[in-house]
Amino acid sequence: METVAEITPPRTHYLNATYGVKSWLLTTDHKRIALLYLASVTFFFFLGGLFAAGIRIELLTPQGDFVQAETYNRMFTMHGVVMIFLFLIPAIPAVLGNFLVPLMIGARDLAFPRINLLSWYIYTVGALFAVLAILFGGVDTGWTFYTPYSSTYSNGNVILTGLGVFVVGFSSILTGLNFIVTIHTMRAPGLTWFRLPLFIWAHYATSLIMILGTPVIAVTILLLALERLAHVGIFDPALGGDPVLFQHLFWFYSHPAVYIMVLPAMGVISELIANMSRKRIFGYKFVAFASLAIAAFGFLVWGHHMFVSTQSVYAGMVFSFLSYAVAIPSAVKVFNWTATLYKGSISYDTPMLYAFGFIGFFIIGGMTGLFLAALGVDVHVHDTYFVVAHFHYIMVGGTIMGYLGGLHYWWPKITGRLYSEAWARFAALVIFVGFNLTFFPQFLLGYMGMPRRYYAYPPEFQVLNVMSSAGASILGVGYLIPVIYLIWSMRYGPHAPANPWGAAGLEWRTSSPPPTLNFEQVPVVTWEAYEFGDPSENAESRMENRG
Amino acid sequence: MREHIVSPKIYYTIFIALTVLTVVTWSVAKLDLGKMNAVVAMTIAVIKATLVVLYFMHVRYSSRLTWVFVGAGFFWLAIMVALTLSDYMTRGWLTIAQ
Ligand SMILES: [Cu+2]
Repeated sequence: METVAEITPPRTHYLNATYGVKSWLLTTDHKRIALLYLASVTFFFFLGGLFAAGIRIELLTPQGDFVQAETYNRMFTMHGVVMIFLFLIPAIPAVLGNFLVPLMIGARDLAFPRINLLSWYIYTVGALFAVLAILFGGVDTGWTFYTPYSSTYSNGNVILTGLGVFVVGFSSILTGLNFIVTIHTMRAPGLTWFRLPLFIWAHYATSLIMILGTPVIAVTILLLALERLAHVGIFDPALGGDPVLFQHLFWFYSHPAVYIMVLPAMGVISELIANMSRKRIFGYKFVAFASLAIAAFGFLVWGHHMFVSTQSVYAGMVFSFLSYAVAIPSAVKVFNWTATLYKGSISYDTPMLYAFGFIGFFIIGGMTGLFLAALGVDVHVHDTYFVVAHFHYIMVGGTIMGYLGGLHYWWPKITGRLYSEAWARFAALVIFVGFNLTFFPQFLLGYMGMPRRYYAYPPEFQVLNVMSSAGASILGVGYLIPVIYLIWSMRYGPHAPANPWGAAGLEWRTSSPPPTLNFEQVPVVTWEAYEFGDPSENAESRMENRG
Repeated sequence: MREHIVSPKIYYTIFIALTVLTVVTWSVAKLDLGKMNAVVAMTIAVIKATLVVLYFMHVRYSSRLTWVFVGAGFFWLAIMVALTLSDYMTRGWLTIAQ
């Protein structure tokens, strides 16, 4: 980070333009709504983390001694539900996306500011249903709600939790809708599609999944409720239904939902890699189209969750092949990020540490995903800790690393303050170590045959489980440190300049924090994405040369 | 943005068409057409849905981009149905050696 001696912050900006609780709860400023979301998702991240702590404490010993089996089932279910629906899916789009999409395209706000606020309220209402369900004792079905257990036999709060997921889905749809319309209609003059930052391409692709996929999970939950409450036979064989149909419908959304979580993180990483190595992304168009390809192909692979669910062998082969295909655009991104680093002027500030972490974890998570997409291997490791380790490498190692990297990178823009770089690097390191210690042993456990979702296990698995629990406590500390220094920085941190990283991108061409309407004047873009040096000067001198 | 004003006459016409088609669905359901039962019912349903999308949802008067997005919605529905059927229709095709 450049250290600039005296920074005078703008006198009025979006944070101090108006005061009072009402000015926040009724705001239509995308930047303030992003902060509302930031508070909400942070709360649910730590709530979900609490359930994870319970799981890891139980698994310290082979016997089930900390909680009862039934309680354990409820803990891992609520961990999954809270983390996926209330944290991972909204985290990057609703916080960083909300804040940055208008700033990055030179717009004054999103296309539908009031719908944006509505989406936060819908999220809050849905989250309240989920919290109520937890207070009433939670659910024990697993976050996947598989039928007929969920629709007929479970005595947990399936309906209340399902209602929560159903409602939260609409906030996701509205966010996606808002982004798509905004990106189509509100780009600054001169900002053509191929001049857009890759963060925007990633969010556009994510938005497509949100609006095309989320309605399906809503309908599926509705059908589940219909069966549970009115005993209409849809999924339960005893009522004439088909349980595998539930899995088809559920995973039609829930596999692409993984890309709702990881595509925005990839968008963040593209920004970090380009700006912190001061180079235009290698193969910009490939990375941009890879986002769209992942969004589209992501819808064609859901059957890889059902290789051992009586799905036909033929369908299994098709889904297996398509799952391999979706790895191609993901690999394109990884190769292009790496190639961007070549001969770059790389800085090792905190956001870049998270970016490096992301790339490493995503490679491991992605490659083990290919193991799982192989029909034969999957029969062996299906429903074992191998799967648990795999998707945590994608979701925690991918999405959360991207989220934290992005949060650190744009924190000076969001708050107008700088945090302690030393503490931030230390926390990134703690998270890196804690994460690997938590989840790498789980690959080994799964490969040796330890099934997921049991509260007891054979004694020979204990050493690796203790390692995993120890890692989880380190990881927990690693996540708490940023909370402390980031909150500290909001009050005591030095003022941030408009562009502390010397980065390219319109969001850095306005003050930190930005004014309510983002820009004093609507910017006119005459340069390509990631043009370093002073792009406006370059463009001007080029005009002169041409002139 | 350009607003297209649709006359109430069109809305009433579509409403009547939808009502008539509902009655037709109901009457046909009383006849046993064998395999054609589902085909006839689905055909009528698709016609009704198309009318709603084109007129009540104003897609007929909207930009090409709107058509693309509406098309994508139906295309994705087709993906869901087709790949789900790729399981159900092929259950006996390949068997695992015992
Ligand atoms: Cu999947």
